[in-house]
Formats: sequence, C-alpha cells, structure tokens
Amino acid sequence: MPATNDASTKAGLLRRADLQSLIDALQRNDYRVIGPTVRDATVVYDEIAMVDEMPIGRGDNQDGGHYRLTDRADDAVFGYTNGVQSWRRYLFQPRRTLWRAKREARDFVVEPETEPAPKQAFIGVRACELHAIEIQDKVFVDGTYTDPDYQSRRATAFLVAVNCGSAGGTCFCSSTDTGPRSESGFDLSLTEFLDGADHAFLVEVGSERGAEIAADLPLEAATGADRQRARAITEETAASMGRTMPVDGLKDRLQQSLEHPRWQQVADRCLACSNCTMVCPTCFCSTTEDYTDITGQTAERQQRWDSCFALDHSYLHGGSVRTSTAARYRQWMTHKLAGWIDQFDVSGCVGCGRCITWCPVGIDITEEAAAFSGDGVE
Amino acid sequence: MDANPNAATAVSSAAMADAMLPRRFHVARKRNETADTLTFDLAPADTSDGFSFAPGQFNMLYLFGLGEVPISISGDAEQTDRLVHTVRLVGSVTDGFADLKRGDTIGVRGPYGAGWPMDECNGGDVLVIAGGLGLAPLRPAMYHLFNHRDHYRRVSILYGARSPADIVYHDEIQRWRQQLDINVEVTVDHADLRWHGNVGVITPLVAKAEFDPANTTALVCGPGIMMRFVAATLERRGLASDRIYVSLERNMRCAIAHCGHCQLGPHFVCKDGPVLSHDRVRDILQIAQV
Ligand SMILES: Cc1cc2nc3c(=O)[nH]c(=O)nc-3n(C[C@H](O)[C@H](O)[C@H](O)COP(=O)(O)OP(=O)(O)OC[C@H]3O[C@@H](n4cnc5c(N)ncnc54)[C@H](O)[C@@H]3O)c2cc1C
Ligand code: SF4
Ligand code: SF4
Repeated sequence: MPATNDASTKAGLLRRADLQSLIDALQRNDYRVIGPTVRDATVVYDEIAMVDEMPIGRGDNQDGGHYRLTDRADDAVFGYTNGVQSWRRYLFQPRRTLWRAKREARDFVVEPETEPAPKQAFIGVRACELHAIEIQDKVFVDGTYTDPDYQSRRATAFLVAVNCGSAGGTCFCSSTDTGPRSESGFDLSLTEFLDGADHAFLVEVGSERGAEIAADLPLEAATGADRQRARAITEETAASMGRTMPVDGLKDRLQQSLEHPRWQQVADRCLACSNCTMVCPTCFCSTTEDYTDITGQTAERQQRWDSCFALDHSYLHGGSVRTSTAARYRQWMTHKLAGWIDQFDVSGCVGCGRCITWCPVGIDITEEAAAFSGDGVE
Repeated sequence: MDANPNAATAVSSAAMADAMLPRRFHVARKRNETADTLTFDLAPADTSDGFSFAPGQFNMLYLFGLGEVPISISGDAEQTDRLVHTVRLVGSVTDGFADLKRGDTIGVRGPYGAGWPMDECNGGDVLVIAGGLGLAPLRPAMYHLFNHRDHYRRVSILYGARSPADIVYHDEIQRWRQQLDINVEVTVDHADLRWHGNVGVITPLVAKAEFDPANTTALVCGPGIMMRFVAATLERRGLASDRIYVSLERNMRCAIAHCGHCQLGPHFVCKDGPVLSHDRVRDILQIAQV
C-alpha cells in the first residue's frame, strides 16, 4: 500500500447501505443517539435507533413565516435543512432543577441536583449549529463561572456534522461566515453524495474520539476527487443562498442607531411572541422559578429558558425597563448582532434562518439589519 | 474540617462547584432602619471562614421557598466575621425578610460584581453621593475611607432621603457628622416640623460641594434619575466622566453573567458592574427603555 498523507487517512467513504453502522457504533459506545426525525410536520432532533427514522427523501420549503415539509425526488437522508429545533436543548436544557432545599425546624439544607449528565451523540449538526454550540460554550464554560450541567453535557457530546447539500429558504450562513461547510469543531463530518444509484457519505474525522468511531465503520478509501466533490457541493450551496446579513460595520451602525425610527416600524408588526428567541440556537437567557411542596417542607429552584421579548425580563420593582415592543426588539437585535461582539468577540447570529422561518409575521433579521445600512441611517 | 452537610452527601465535584448553589447563613442580628427597611448581620452556618468582599459588591439572598434577590453588602469589608445587608421591603421576596428572626437561615451566593474603585480614590478628594437606599452599597466604601482616612484628601458625604423618617443608618450618620475631617450633608425631599437641615433634591449640594475637579473621584448610587442629574452637575463642575462612578440596578436571575437579564447595552451589570464609570454608560442611559 502506498504511503498516504495524514489527511487522507482521516477520511473514508461510507455507503448509504452502511449508514446504520454509524448509529450502531455510537450505541455500542454508550451514546444516546439523537438525530433528525419527522414529527408534527417538521424535522426535529430526537432519540433515534434506526436510519429509517430519519427524514429520508424529505426536503422543506422555507420563507419568512413559512415552513412546509416536501417530498424530494430522491432518497437523500440529509436533504432537509434546519428545522424548528436546534441542538441547544440537549446541552442547555429548556427546564431543569438547580437544587432542592429541605426545611429542618427553623433551618434548611440545600441539596444539589445530582442527576448525571447523559452521554449524547448528535447526528446531523449543521455548520451553523456547530458555531452556535461554540458560541454557547463562551457563555456557559469560558466565562468566570461555568454551568456544570452544560459543561458535562458538552464535554461528552459526540458531534456528527453534516455539510449542507442545499440551502434552506431562509439560510444566510455564507454571509456570517458560519457555513455551509464545517471545517472544525466536530468529531465526524458527513457530506452526502447522491447521483442515481451512487449514494454514499464522505466521512471526515475531526477528533481522536471521531477516529475511534470511524475505525468501527466499514469505510472505503476516499480519494482526492471525493474531497473535491464534497467541497464543490458546499460551494454550490453557498452560492445558492438567497439572503445575506450585511455584517460589515453593522455593529457600529446598530449601536449608533438606538433611536432610529425603524425600531418602531418593526415593533408595529412584531407580536413579542418570543418565537425567534426560542428557536435561535445561540440565545441563552434563562430565568429561575421557586416552588414549594404543599407542606412547605421542601422547596425547589428551577431554571428555564427565558426571552428578552417577555415583559418581565427587565422587571424592577415598580415596573419593567423595556415596556414597549420596540425596546424589546431593539434589545434582541442589538444584543444578537452588536453587544454580543463586545461580550464574546463573536456575533450572536450564525445565519441559520430559524428566527425568520418561525416568526409568525415573517420579520426577517437580514432585512431589519439592512434597514440600518447604506443611506439615510443616522 | 468541613462542617458543610452538603459535603457529606455524595455529590459530584462539578455540582459542588455550581455557582448557583446558595450557602447557608444564620441571622445573627436584625435592626429596623426605617418603617420599611431592615439591616441584618449574618454569620455563615457551615464554615468558620470569614466572608471576603470588596465595597460595592452584592450577594444573591435566598429566602426558603420565596426566591432570591440581589442585595448589596452594606457592612465593613475589614470585618469578615459578619456579613451585613440592608433590605427595603418592596415586594414578594423582600417582604419575607420581615419575618426573619435571630437564628433563622437564609441562602447566600456571592460576592458578585465589580465594586467601587477604592484604589483610584487614593490621594485625592472623594465625594460619596447617595440617594435613598443607595447609601447601603456605599457604606462599605465609607468604612474603607474611614479605615484609611490618611490616604485621601477631602471626603464629603452627600445623602438625600425622601423624609427624615426615611433616613437609614441614622445614628451612624450622626457620628460621621461629628468627625471633623469629613463633611456630611443630608437633605430630605419632604421635611417635618423637627427637621432643621437641608430640604430639596441633592443636586444643589453637589453644586456647592468642595472638591478639586482635577483630582476627585465621585461614588454615586441612588435612583436612576438622581444619578443622571448628579453626574451632569459634577461634569459641569469640571469632573471628568471617567472619575464618576455609578452603581446600577437591573433584573438579575443568576448574577454570574449566564441568565441575560441584567444587560445594559454591551454590559452585564452583574459582572461588569454594578459599579461602572459614568463614561461607559452615559450615552446609553440617555436612551429610553434601554
Ligand atoms: C446589584 C443590586 C443591588 C441591590 N442592592 C439592594 C440593597 O442593598 N437593598 C435593597 O433593599 N435592595 C437592593 N436591590 C434591589 C432589590 O434586589 C429589589 O428590591 C428586589 O429584587 C425586589 O424583590 P421583591 O421580590 O421583593 O420585589 P417584586 O417587585 O415582587 O419583584 C419580583 C422579582 O423581580 C426582581 N426584581 C424586582 N426589583 C428588582 C430590582 N430593583 N433589582 C433587581 N431585581 C429586581 C426580583 O427577582 C424579584 O424577586 C439591589 C438590586 C441590584 C440589582
Ligand atoms: S438570530 Fe436568527 S438566523 Fe441568527 S442564529 Fe439566531 S435564529 Fe439563526
Ligand atoms: S420578531 Fe417575530 S418571532 Fe420574534 S417576537 Fe417578534 S413576532 Fe415573535
């Protein structure tokens, strides 16, 4: 066998008929495997055991305030684009108990919640979602304080990335430089090749752990031509993206336009429903709630996702700071696209398009950002 | 050595490192400041270690089953054997402080945030300007100024309360007044018959305070509008905006820059504040509902 360079030893071809072996290998390594599946007429991420549970042959049609699953002409496994959920819920739980307290006479003791974090493998992580995970790491792990639940889930999570073979109707990751190809941050990445009966995945290895799982797969040798084919696929996807985020100078323009009339114009449409913040893979706001049992002997403190669109998000005794929808939309967008860069050295938007698709009135963050570009902006 | 009952139970080290877990403190002393404001001395229940903090920092205080609120530390940072908080009863959680008795337990997380720039005050004049309960987070700064009086030139305390009955730390203020090397001015919005002092808002006191604008640090805490007027007056008198420090309030669920609630433009008030130099927030605080 000729000597191979390092890069080519780290990739292989997995035939479509052998895709199940990936799930099996992960399960053998004690991972709870989570992947795409169709539920409630959308693609969601949930526990799967069989490739057949994945959205085979399904695609989607997306636009502002619009999502429809479609049937593709082929049997692509990853032919769909971003669905309503991101992976956020599996690392940063929508609701969790922080701790319980038990009353003992006039005293009480605090008992930490000790449920061990599950060992999870995610199949089908898009490049934008990988970036979103890395952004949440900055919030929950890299700061002064870490969130131990997030940190342990994150440390064990096995990430199987999928490079996008087509752009969703609301995607704009090529303008935010967060896709559509994953260059790093994954354990394994897949690029789907589908041409008639020729159906396979280029498997690229991104980590030590990834190499161990890859060693368990019936991979065929990949060639330089396979790699080129994979790159060409994501290049085509990037070229077909219909929206762009005008990132150049956007931070300063937004921070200098806090009293721009556009905020009121978008507020006239916005329902302050919080959908955009619930579907966004980078949003990290949470609140806490306290419960006591009926006897008053045990108390519990829970944390749950929250949204800056909620009136009580900014509550101080006497009233909320951001009472108007304009102030709340301004908070969401200026934080996401500007303040985030001050706080974490990276924009909070990875161009996944979810907030556009799932906004009931079709408010488009790229269009709102563009309103602050060019002429006429103070 | 570790008397913490939590340490005895088998919890993972990750859980023990959880900043969201409160530590237990016992109420050692409770005093009425005014009809709606109480001061508590707290002692740690599970350790003999003292509580170290910097003036201007705050804690998250938890009352069993009721919830958790951010409250500034109002005691002397050099007396680490007791933790002092002053609480105004304004709502669902703070009202619960009225029922606390000596020996009762509360949860404490902290200390959090950036405090007053005591080092930067060295060698110059210091203005301490408080409105209402804004005096609570400033009291540790004052103790620091007293404990190291020779490090500073002129020290002035300007304090405004709603009425004579709303003056907190009443006896202590009398003692401060008697100290010859400190200038103390108190004003009330609404006087009663026995009040012989200043009446009206605090800005006139700021306008005539004696300080060297080239070498002064101002520490300001009070209602938002008061801080804005005070800062504007100080700037008019030649004090640079970056020598004026304000302590801000925002909703806080976690105090560790995770929950997102306390954001003010690019700042997390819990982490970058609550004390911020005025030049960092002046522009954004001009904007409504920010
Ligand atoms: C950094 C900081 C320091 C503070 N220091 C003091 C102090 O030394 N003494 C004192 O009496 N008060 C202080 N406060 C204000 C105090 O936190 C609020 O008065 C308290 O949270 C009100 O809670 P409540 O449940 O009684 O009121 P409610 O009106 O019933 O409020 C419901 C909830 O909203 C949130 N909330 C309401 N008001 C505020 C507020 N002003 N700031 C933050 N969250 C709020 C709390 O989570 C509260 O539980 C401070 C606030 C901050 C941010
Ligand atoms: S702001 Fe919208 S497009 Fe950007 S990451 Fe969040 S949901 Fe996706
Ligand atoms: S922008 Fe759209 S999704 Fe977001 S709160 Fe407003 S109406 Fe809801």
